[in-house]
Amino acid sequence: MSENQNINYLNHPKGIMSWLLTLDHKRIGLMYLFSGIIFFLIGGLLALGMRLELAAPGNDFVSNDTYNSMYTLHGAIMIFLFIIPAIPGALGNILLPLMVGAKDVAFPRLNLASFYIYSFGALFAIYTIVNGGVDTGWTFYTPYSTQSTSNVVPMTLGIFIIGFSSILTGLNFIATVHKMRVPGLTWYKLPLFVWALYGTSLVQITATPVLAITMVLLILERFLGIGIFDPALGGDPVLYQHFFWFYSHPAVYIMILPAFGIISEIIPVHSRKKVWGYKFIAYSTLSIAFIGFLVWGHHMFTSGQSVFSQIVFSFITYFVGIPTGVKIFSWILTMYKGQVSFTTPMIYALSFLFLFTIGGLTGIFLGAVALDIHLHDTYFVVAHFHYVMQGGTIIAFLAGLHHWWPKSFGKMYNQKIASLCALGVFIGFNGTFFPQFLLGLRGMPRRYATYSDQFSELHTYSTFWSTILGLSIFIAILNLMWSLRKNNKLDPGSNPWGALTMEWTHTSSPPHPHNFESDPVFTNGPYDYDKVIVEPTLKK
Amino acid sequence: MIDRLNEFFFPKQVSTFASDIDNLFYFIFYSSVVLMAIVVIGMVVFSIKYRFKKGDKVRLTSSKDHDNILESLFFIIPLILVSITFVWGIRSYLKMIIVPDDAIEIKVTGQSWFWTFDYPEGGTSLNELVVPSNTPIKILLSSKDVLHSFFIPVMRTKMDALPNRYNIMWFEAQEEGVYDIFCTEYCGTAHSQMAAKVIVMKPKQYEEWVKELGSGDDDLPLDELGEKLYTKKACNTCHTLDGSDLVGPSYLETSRMWGQTRNFEDGSSAVIDENYIRKSILEPQSQIVAGYQGVMPTYQGLLSDRELDALIAFLKSLNDK
Repeated sequence: MSENQNINYLNHPKGIMSWLLTLDHKRIGLMYLFSGIIFFLIGGLLALGMRLELAAPGNDFVSNDTYNSMYTLHGAIMIFLFIIPAIPGALGNILLPLMVGAKDVAFPRLNLASFYIYSFGALFAIYTIVNGGVDTGWTFYTPYSTQSTSNVVPMTLGIFIIGFSSILTGLNFIATVHKMRVPGLTWYKLPLFVWALYGTSLVQITATPVLAITMVLLILERFLGIGIFDPALGGDPVLYQHFFWFYSHPAVYIMILPAFGIISEIIPVHSRKKVWGYKFIAYSTLSIAFIGFLVWGHHMFTSGQSVFSQIVFSFITYFVGIPTGVKIFSWILTMYKGQVSFTTPMIYALSFLFLFTIGGLTGIFLGAVALDIHLHDTYFVVAHFHYVMQGGTIIAFLAGLHHWWPKSFGKMYNQKIASLCALGVFIGFNGTFFPQFLLGLRGMPRRYATYSDQFSELHTYSTFWSTILGLSIFIAILNLMWSLRKNNKLDPGSNPWGALTMEWTHTSSPPHPHNFESDPVFTNGPYDYDKVIVEPTLKK
Repeated sequence: MIDRLNEFFFPKQVSTFASDIDNLFYFIFYSSVVLMAIVVIGMVVFSIKYRFKKGDKVRLTSSKDHDNILESLFFIIPLILVSITFVWGIRSYLKMIIVPDDAIEIKVTGQSWFWTFDYPEGGTSLNELVVPSNTPIKILLSSKDVLHSFFIPVMRTKMDALPNRYNIMWFEAQEEGVYDIFCTEYCGTAHSQMAAKVIVMKPKQYEEWVKELGSGDDDLPLDELGEKLYTKKACNTCHTLDGSDLVGPSYLETSRMWGQTRNFEDGSSAVIDENYIRKSILEPQSQIVAGYQGVMPTYQGLLSDRELDALIAFLKSLNDK
């Protein structure tokens, strides 16, 4: 037994090749995690550079062209290289097989292939950065993107390639959830994070091909002038917008559903309480994934689409809002009569509830056609988007990272520093993005390198707080990395939070190379805090 | 009080439908504040009341995980609120798109990076849209190159300018003044400088203004006319007069190099003279100065011969000053 405890997936087998050619889902997950964090830092630095330029009106720090390239790369890197691959690729890979009691995902070789496809696509993105950037915006709207002399082709080719990684990971997860569950683990006993990954995977395999086709058409348009988007040849630039948003609106749910899953895990564990409305949360995940395909037109309220389309898209948009709202109430009610601990993951989860609610509610403003026409393409949209994507997804990612870090590495980080950073992120985030709602209402357009004096006060304010935000995230990540040092004596034990899902109850931290030392036996539901007591192994 | 609140959130309400849209905003805003308050109070109360206190033992907790009445409320209350929002949003939207029959139609063309306005009485203005107050104005919108978007914050309206299709918007200004117009669809290097103004005049003033448009410049000396055109035709978006670089080379630099050879991006060169300037204005893509991007649109058809002469005279005069 004592000998067995020293063998884990991190130290067995050894050697660089055992990592590069690993078929172990946990190791592949870690490789996604570290490449994702690197792109997160690059994207974050670009954002801080933009805030610096916007601290005052005029071109004080960079030229128009540099700014345009910075904001494009910030968006493209954060979305295509970090957010979309990072949560399913990193946390999903590490946790999904453990949560369903499997030895690995359904197709381990395909899983490794996904990672290398992602890395290959990422090389194109790195080439784009080194070669002078790309200036079209992450949306690559035609006809500007077919005329721009910047690196449109390398960047779109990179996105095209990364899309395949996304599709294959989705396929793998769906097969795993269907076929690899341990006996007794029925659908309604699955952890909600698994439901979320399942919903995400469905969207990934159905929507991503549309993005791939769109990117190919854009590249063909540039090289061969096929004329599908070019008005001079009888094409239509608005058609591009339809294609693009048909993928990119569902992509918003690829980004946010895993975050919902993480929050649905963390709140019950740290409140030691059965999750409120399990079936509702599970089904709403699937229904949001489905309705997400029918609302793309709300990105095009000023494009001149027909009045009928405007009304229909506005109407359907609200059907996403209501189940999302009920989810928020379910998470809050989960704490009712529980035992709430203010651990770092819980602080992040609570700030998720606050920030994501603002993100969701401001979506209601944008869904009303008449009001959207004023707010469209202004900073209101920028703020709304960041409240959902950063305040939602990235905060949930940080929550999940701090929650499962002791499981993944068997080491505990300094919790005081981590919790302070969580507060810093919360305050810095609100300071940065709340003023941007006002900027948008007052008419400040987005994607501007310079602006008129009337907006300068709010911009300065936003820039000031962005430094707090950037610094907090940076220290939070350093704090996690620092915990990996050899002489770190903080031992979290196999189940530091006293959780009930299988990755905590049935295996050591870090887990065995084959996940479980013997075939796991399913004993209790993931949220049975009313039936089972498990003492946390983390000493206070 | 209401006015000051409105000043905090919005630019002035100038169009006839602005107040309706702002009221829709306040309706959603106050509903959101209430919902947000419920969320925050719920979070704070539950997390503090049921917190794990020092000395507490880990115990079995309540198995309560649903409550039909409560959950129905969570569905029904937001459903009512979003239904009102949806209907209000559509009703106001219809007001914004149904153009009154007696509207004055002005053709607006977006081009990287300026706006051209063609008036029904004849005559054109650049980057300055002049309209009469208390009169409906119909904007017929299109673009000459990439996508642009025509946004007038005080009117609460906005529409994309497309290269292959006309889009229509309208407004009726209730108050005279000078207000901002922004481009809100990203269109390249000088997107953030693609700003214009809408000047709302009393209808009588407007009539006089339109009459004068295009006339009156005949008496000006060439270089003074050129100076006027430099801002009126939006040359100043990309070319400075003080020697500093913007998107294109400064006029001052070109003026100083008069008679000298200038090298182009494709390796060819030309001597800077009147013909070079004329060709640069009418066929800018044929001779891109080395070190700059070929992004200037053609002014073919936008300038008369006399106006071309005037711009050349103005540019030449810069070196003497």
